[in-house]
Amino acid sequence: MMNSALLIILVFWILAIFLGIMSVKGKDMNLEQWTVGGRGFGSMLVFLLMAGEIYTTFSFLGGSGWAYGKGAPALYVLIYISLSYVLSYWLLPVIWKYAKENNLMSQSDFFVSKYKSPYLGVLVALVGVIAIIPVIVVQLKGLGIIVSEASYGVISMPIAIWMGAISLTIYVMISGIRGSAWTAVIKDIMMVVVIGFLGIYLPLHYYGGLQPMFEAIHTAKPGFLKLPEQGLSVSWFISTVILLVLGFYMWPQVFSSVYTAKSGKVFRRNAIISPLYTLMLLFVFFVGFAAILKVPGLEGGDVDLALLRISIETFNPWFIGLIGGAGLLTALVPGSMLLMSGATLLAKNVYKPFVPSATEHSIGQLAKYLVPVIALISVYFTLNGGDTLATLILMGYSLMTQLFPALLFSFMRNNFVNKYGATAGIICGIATVAYITISESTIGTLFPPLPQAAKDLNVGIIALLINFLVTIIVSLIVRKFTTSYKLAAK
Amino acid sequence: MKIIYILSIVPFIGILGFLPLVNRVEPFVLGMPFNIFWMAMWTVLTSVILGIMYKLDPRNQEGDE
Repeated sequence: MMNSALLIILVFWILAIFLGIMSVKGKDMNLEQWTVGGRGFGSMLVFLLMAGEIYTTFSFLGGSGWAYGKGAPALYVLIYISLSYVLSYWLLPVIWKYAKENNLMSQSDFFVSKYKSPYLGVLVALVGVIAIIPVIVVQLKGLGIIVSEASYGVISMPIAIWMGAISLTIYVMISGIRGSAWTAVIKDIMMVVVIGFLGIYLPLHYYGGLQPMFEAIHTAKPGFLKLPEQGLSVSWFISTVILLVLGFYMWPQVFSSVYTAKSGKVFRRNAIISPLYTLMLLFVFFVGFAAILKVPGLEGGDVDLALLRISIETFNPWFIGLIGGAGLLTALVPGSMLLMSGATLLAKNVYKPFVPSATEHSIGQLAKYLVPVIALISVYFTLNGGDTLATLILMGYSLMTQLFPALLFSFMRNNFVNKYGATAGIICGIATVAYITISESTIGTLFPPLPQAAKDLNVGIIALLINFLVTIIVSLIVRKFTTSYKLAAK
Repeated sequence: MKIIYILSIVPFIGILGFLPLVNRVEPFVLGMPFNIFWMAMWTVLTSVILGIMYKLDPRNQEGDE
């Protein structure tokens, strides 16, 4: 049946594209307009844009999937986002101010300018592009899940993913960041309403309330509602949250939305309301918890289906259409921002350093043509990877976190870290992440004699420590070497 | 200025520092297991603390910088 669910999703799709086109009417779309909106966004738009990036299909499907599959450890999502806003209060105004003074457009520009090295910029840009591809994959996967589930299987996953990638590409090429900001307005309203409703209604409908639901889960699966003694334990939770907080603002698309603000005060003001906004995730978890006893049996990557499966069991197709429409927008907004950031990075910070004669106009053109390229690469990985949404996101995070040491040192008044140290640190950090990911190491497998609490620490800490050490040591050696060289020359 | 720095650390201690003590299901509060309630409460408190920081921070008294 070509059902009402699909029809409603289609309406949302058209609405989003319409908004994208309207938002750029009458604007001359040069690179600065396309990628940082001419630096004129106020509190409200910056808030929605950043919320648009943070609350992706991952929050919708992955958050409920983790609550369904793993229980209490899912709360890490709520906590790292809330705590990140404390960091944002201090960090974002400083980044914004420096970017404004130096007319920066991408995250890589920031490192180029701070460390006076276009090649460090190339490295940072490549790290960014590699890390955002898993996140685009998550959005495409999410889109695939939503459309195929809401069509009751009529549209298969691969077709849904291709459709999603194509429309996402067209959308980005036309509208740029303004389209994302305006679509983010509807997306967030829809998402809050749908999630709030599901999170309250499902526990009430199936269990008669929150507490009866949690008691039923507690009886059926004792221990599921607290962090386990080992594995996803307390020490895993703490170390993971800290790493994610450090990585939270290292994403290239986040830098782009920081640059759109018209003042630094915007971020301090937005920091106040933002943690309250994350409470929405609590309702996402409630949906996942409600699904545990009602749609049992989902395993592995399928846990991400929990929210849609329980909704399909409960509601009429037209309401599934509304959920699907909201889900679609939560993929479209961050997906478009990620594609845009990736394309801008490749054109401006990878291509330009090697072809200095390129004009700003041609860079802007190139960035737009790179959008479909990145989209295609992402489709490839979407169709050929089997991981859950949470695993993919965590991998991207461990890559991005490797920029933290270089960023931190760049704010010091007398920064002793130079471009050599920063580059070597980032490369060693990334190599460690790659090794850990491929060999599937944990601290437990690397250092078997450690006590359990230490074994459960997030293994990303090792990569970050190596990164810090290499950054400092290489900087000091190079500095010593160059000063003695200068002395000898005299 | 000093007190704002201290306030920044409070949410981290409240959530992560207390985690080993509050990782338990009972008692239920507001229908939620105790650990989930504790984290939800601290999310709200983080907003409150950031609001206090904003008020105390002299940089916010000036116009847009």
